[in-house]
Amino acid sequence: MAETKNEEITKYIVISSDKVLPADAAMKIYESEFPVTVKETCFGLIVTGSKEDILAVVEKIRQLDKNHIFVKDRGFPAGDQRRCRASRGGGPRPGFHFLREEVEMLPAIGAALDELEAKEPVKEKRKEKSRLKVSDLEKVIEEELAR
Amino acid sequence: MAKVFIYPVNSLILADLVERFGHKPLTMMNQVREKITNISLDSPPINVTPEDPKIGLRYAAIEVPAGVRGRMALIGPLIEEAEAAIIVENSPTNFGCVGCARTNELMKYLVRDKGVPVLEVKYPESNEDARDFVNEIAEFLKSLPKEKPEEDKRVKEEEPAEKEAVI
Repeated sequence: MAETKNEEITKYIVISSDKVLPADAAMKIYESEFPVTVKETCFGLIVTGSKEDILAVVEKIRQLDKNHIFVKDRGFPAGDQRRCRASRGGGPRPGFHFLREEVEMLPAIGAALDELEAKEPVKEKRKEKSRLKVSDLEKVIEEELAR
Repeated sequence: MAKVFIYPVNSLILADLVERFGHKPLTMMNQVREKITNISLDSPPINVTPEDPKIGLRYAAIEVPAGVRGRMALIGPLIEEAEAAIIVENSPTNFGCVGCARTNELMKYLVRDKGVPVLEVKYPESNEDARDFVNEIAEFLKSLPKEKPEEDKRVKEEEPAEKEAVI
């Protein structure tokens, strides 16, 4: 069995939050002084480092807005020549298209997780069409204004 | 903690949800990482070893296109490890490593054939769909065992010995 670089992992932190920006998350990591490489992107961050550090950092960032920050593993380290656009002459990075499609769905997934956390019934039957209540309308307006 | 195979194999949403509910997602990214961080293989873009086609041949015959076998060399071992699976149909994009329809069919067939608990859901297209999607996945993941009871393992180990004695 060939030798491997031990326990060096990379994770995507995809931020779909109204409260946290990728820059805020990056600053939080710099403040924490973990020895990890951080790359800020349009959708969030890419962090590379030893497994323990990365898991700790990811958990810390996730706590900023638990249901609206999503994490997945990445095979290639941040800035890897085989994937980095800088050395490939521009264009979307392989794998970005799928991520972009999923990022579009994240606000809805985050809202669903919020509802789940608030212990609403797990299987809510769809309501039949009816007039919108004033209280519901107020709720919608407040949510929109809060953005 | 159950090992959960996810389809699409590189899905952010599925990988995150599985991890969020306390299980281990079996993803393509981890397989790729093993490939590219292996020092002896670090010669981009050639990362295929003579062992890989042999692994692929376990799942697909020699007449099958090389791409299917190449993909199965990475995905097949994940299916073997799987203790549960979540399959999302109608995913809008299948780019990159999951862009091969025949591999996807083979993969789904192998997962269903394996006999592990499988949840099949549709990719959400609206907020209401997303709510149902998350609820179904949450319910499924909560139903999976957090830890394997050790007794089961012992029983499985003892079984072959008993059979031999009978023969």
